[in-house]
Amino acid sequence: MDNIMLLILGMATVTYVPRLAPFFLIGSNKLPKKVGAFLKCIPVAAIGALIIPGVFNAVPDEPLAVVCGMGFAALIGIWRGGIIIPVIGSVATTYLVLLLLA
Amino acid sequence: MVNNDVKDALKGGFPIFIGYVPPAIAFGILAKSCDITLLESFLFSAVVFAGASQFIALNLLMTGMGPGGIILTTLLVNFRHFLMSAYLSTQIREMAKRYIFLIAFGVTDEVFSVLSFSKRKLTKAFVFILQLSAYSGWVSGTIAGYVLGGFLPEILTKSMGIALYSLLLAILLPELKTSAKAVCLVIASGILNTILIKLDLLPDGWNIIVCILVIAFAGSFFISPEPKALKQKKQGEKMHG
Repeated sequence: MDNIMLLILGMATVTYVPRLAPFFLIGSNKLPKKVGAFLKCIPVAAIGALIIPGVFNAVPDEPLAVVCGMGFAALIGIWRGGIIIPVIGSVATTYLVLLLLA
Repeated sequence: MVNNDVKDALKGGFPIFIGYVPPAIAFGILAKSCDITLLESFLFSAVVFAGASQFIALNLLMTGMGPGGIILTTLLVNFRHFLMSAYLSTQIREMAKRYIFLIAFGVTDEVFSVLSFSKRKLTKAFVFILQLSAYSGWVSGTIAGYVLGGFLPEILTKSMGIALYSLLLAILLPELKTSAKAVCLVIASGILNTILIKLDLLPDGWNIIVCILVIAFAGSFFISPEPKALKQKKQGEKMHG
């Protein structure tokens, strides 16, 4: 058991415990209305911060490729919905733009 | 029914897989260059299973930081998942207690995002297959990167960098189309995050935690979300009144 193995174990523990604890803390308790409303807003708040500003550097130093790729995902997403086609399409679009720019 | 679980899970899981492979390959390559063994690299991804914090750990390791400091940093970086699990725990209440140990292990940003906007019932088959797609992408990518190096063409790797963002956008769009409140909260959260990153005051991983806390609090305070049925009922009353 060397240092790296200990490190992996420690990192795994401090990653896993915060992921697990809420399931016990909240469990099947009835939540106050205010807390429920707060929890309901977590996904939108989290995804907003996960996308912005990271997306602007999704393909480092290639803003045009990002705009085209995300633009494709947005158009297909608005028009038809779904996940697979917007995602694969955005990768393909970005790939084509990078090819053309290269 | 089981077939639908599998189909729906793969629909969400495949994009996560695509999105995880390039950074996982990069992690494998970086780990090798840091003189980490293949087994240790595998264990990093298979046991810790937390993207950004694994890169940060390698960087800190190279600066000579001891395990204590790296573990503390990891706790801070990954603490956002506490909030994500808090939300998820309200969505899968009826699931048996023994499954939450496995489900909690697989709560990553992207798995959380797909689960929280999924319109379907979160059955255990659906959740597990979704998480397994993410997990297999991360672990297999790590090994591939370590053993094969940068085997994918550079342009392809670069383009795959967009996958996680277009995935998040695709998940979000149906909500954005129907809710002005969601649009406001997403933009507000993004702006706040941009400002916090520019200010650079908080430790790694805490900008997003502040964003979630502030924006979700604001969201719950200004406009209380109502179940759809209640909303429709109220609208009906308005029309009659």
